[in-house]
Amino acid sequence: MNVSVNVFTLFISCVLTNNVIFSRFLGNCPFLGVSGKVETAFGMGMAVTFVMAIASLFTWLVYALFLVPLGLQYLNTIAFILIIAGLVQVVEMFIKKSSPTLYKSLGIYLPLITTNCAVLGIAILNINAEYNLVTSVLNGTFSALGFMLAIVLMAGIRERLETSDIPKCMRGFSSSLIIAGLMSLAFMGFAGITQ
Amino acid sequence: MKNLIKTFTNGILSENPTFRLVLGLCPTIAITTTLENSIGMGLATTFVLIGSNLVIALLKDFIPDKIRIPAFVVVICTFVTMIELLMKAYLPALNKSLGIFIPLIVVNCIILARAEAFASKNPILPSVVDGLGMGIGFTFSLSIIGSIREIIGNGTILGIHIMPASFNPMMVFALAPGGFITLGLTLGIINAITNKMAKKREESCK
Repeated sequence: MNVSVNVFTLFISCVLTNNVIFSRFLGNCPFLGVSGKVETAFGMGMAVTFVMAIASLFTWLVYALFLVPLGLQYLNTIAFILIIAGLVQVVEMFIKKSSPTLYKSLGIYLPLITTNCAVLGIAILNINAEYNLVTSVLNGTFSALGFMLAIVLMAGIRERLETSDIPKCMRGFSSSLIIAGLMSLAFMGFAGITQ
Repeated sequence: MKNLIKTFTNGILSENPTFRLVLGLCPTIAITTTLENSIGMGLATTFVLIGSNLVIALLKDFIPDKIRIPAFVVVICTFVTMIELLMKAYLPALNKSLGIFIPLIVVNCIILARAEAFASKNPILPSVVDGLGMGIGFTFSLSIIGSIREIIGNGTILGIHIMPASFNPMMVFALAPGGFITLGLTLGIINAITNKMAKKREESCK
């Protein structure tokens, strides 16, 4: 099988069949918290994609170059969370200086990403699955795109929901979770297309 | 003493992490496929909460305010690594079924939220009690969702068949969508109950 087919399979698998939100259950807090409007959801999706791609690269490098030679694999959680927290800070400062317009649209979402479990989750999954450097970065990027698809779709639905008449006790998180469940059912329909 | 009891019940009822504060959703949806997993995850989180609250309450005067969040994360991470290694050694089956969600306790918002909102402002004993209360509250809500999903999705509870043979298990409740829908409905029911209780209290006040 040639490389481009492999990349395409990985893409479909990360975005549709193994979507981070709907089948891996990672990053639910921002998924429900920041999905009020399509615009903000899109911003959050972009910020996550950006950080996740860079985080996959750096966590893989640190794991392969420092932790494995020193025999410290059990410290991977603590190392990764520090890398991600530091990275988010650096990215924030860099964007602030280099592109104020981008900072304006992404700025407020960046600090939130440190506690987005999808970033740490994908970093650990990359190591557990023993991916190489290129596959890790691609897996990170594509999974983040899957996150973006999910959160933008959710925001679209929730915008419509605002004008509809929902029983008082089901408003807010409750109805959002049920919608997420129905979307997850729909995404299960994609299962099997990568095999 | 009275305050300690109040701190303890706070986490279980009025500020229940899952049902009232709606924090820590990822593990709540992901690992509540069976009651056993729910209890395992709940107890692991309780251990981390008590440990991190204790250490942060001890160190709160030494941690500079500016770098407190990274310092808290390192403390939390230490306890998560401890529980991860312990589970790998003594409970390999549970460790396998919880998988990636054990290291992900680090980014569970409940723990950082308690460190920031409670342990960094209170003495040692109340902080430990707060950690215990929150942990038990979290275990309790995970167990409720875990039981519902295991009974409907599998017809069993803790692996023992309790439904009649004619009952056809609804697989979807053990899968991804069931997690979202069960949590959504449970939240709705709890909202309805608390709304009703608040209304009753208001009427009796009048």
